[in-house]
Amino acid sequence: MKTNSKMLGLVLTPEQQKTRRQRNVAIALAIGGFVLLFYVVTIAKLGPGVLNRPL
Amino acid sequence: MSFISESDSGITQGLPVSIASPSDYVALLKPRVMSLVLFTALTGVLIAPVPVNPVIGFASLLAIAAGAGASGALNMWYDADIDALMRRTRKRPIPAGRMLKEDALGFGLVLAVLSVMTLGIVANWLAAALLLFTIFFYVVIYTMWLKRSTPQNIVIGGAAGALPPIVGYAAATGQISLASLALFAIIFIWTPPHFWALALVKAGEYGRAGVPMLPNVKGADRTRREIFIYTLLLAPLGLAPWLIGFASLAYGVFAIVLGSVMLVFAARVYVIRTGPKADRCAMQLFGFSILYLFLLFAEIAGERAIAIVTSNLAG
Repeated sequence: MKTNSKMLGLVLTPEQQKTRRQRNVAIALAIGGFVLLFYVVTIAKLGPGVLNRPL
Repeated sequence: MSFISESDSGITQGLPVSIASPSDYVALLKPRVMSLVLFTALTGVLIAPVPVNPVIGFASLLAIAAGAGASGALNMWYDADIDALMRRTRKRPIPAGRMLKEDALGFGLVLAVLSVMTLGIVANWLAAALLLFTIFFYVVIYTMWLKRSTPQNIVIGGAAGALPPIVGYAAATGQISLASLALFAIIFIWTPPHFWALALVKAGEYGRAGVPMLPNVKGADRTRREIFIYTLLLAPLGLAPWLIGFASLAYGVFAIVLGSVMLVFAARVYVIRTGPKADRCAMQLFGFSILYLFLLFAEIAGERAIAIVTSNLAG
């Protein structure tokens, strides 16, 4: 992003940088939560069968 | 506030850069509407005659809530022009200048797709299709079409707000039943008196924004009459859960009391038509209508939750 910003000549204000960082953290948390949700749902759906697979 | 940087160098001028914070994205989801959707969908899940895995139930409700949030975001994207004209809505992220319209559109679309797909995978595809229909109905039928074209906008559009119990029930059972349709009917008939009570007081704002709400188009007297008629329908309809058999007699008595109080508030709106007291009566009806729906659904949800816990303890 830094390279792109330099190439475009784009200089973000401190406020823009701050909110962009906050948005990035929020996206990371949302993706993490989404992964966790699907992990838990998979375990709940499969139940004990999750361990029952051929080796 | 603007999207365009006012940096000393001036080299970001003309380039739109969002300054929206995560809380602005939360605001796009209309959290208060979302909480009501969540609550009514939860009631739909709880009235299911089959046991629901708590994890699946929780994930389904999360997906339904996300679908409601997507509807809110897409509504704010499309209505940004009229939101800017009304005091109640002009501090929303887009009209306040903190967020780009395209960002709200992208956010809403991604959330809509993710919520529908998640509900399909986690619960079943009937529930997912119903959630997709709910989002479509709210965004396309209500927001894009009815809202700006007819004073019956919130009557027909109210179907979108009434669907969550059906979606919740379908997520739990894979079916639509008379019980979930009864909850749909209660919210559907409740919506007009609820919104028109507010529209009576905010008629000036809706008029400035060019939204043809009933008081602006047909007048306050007609609106007061219709509020009373819909409340007359709502009060006995509130008994449906008891009559159908998925709520107790205690619920039935509770519904009669709440319906009677709601009728008294609606009658006051009908009778008291001028002066500041008229506005006060309308706002009292608006406030009580929220409490009415919340208490009715809380009673049903509470009864069912107790029954589920009791049967689990016994079994």
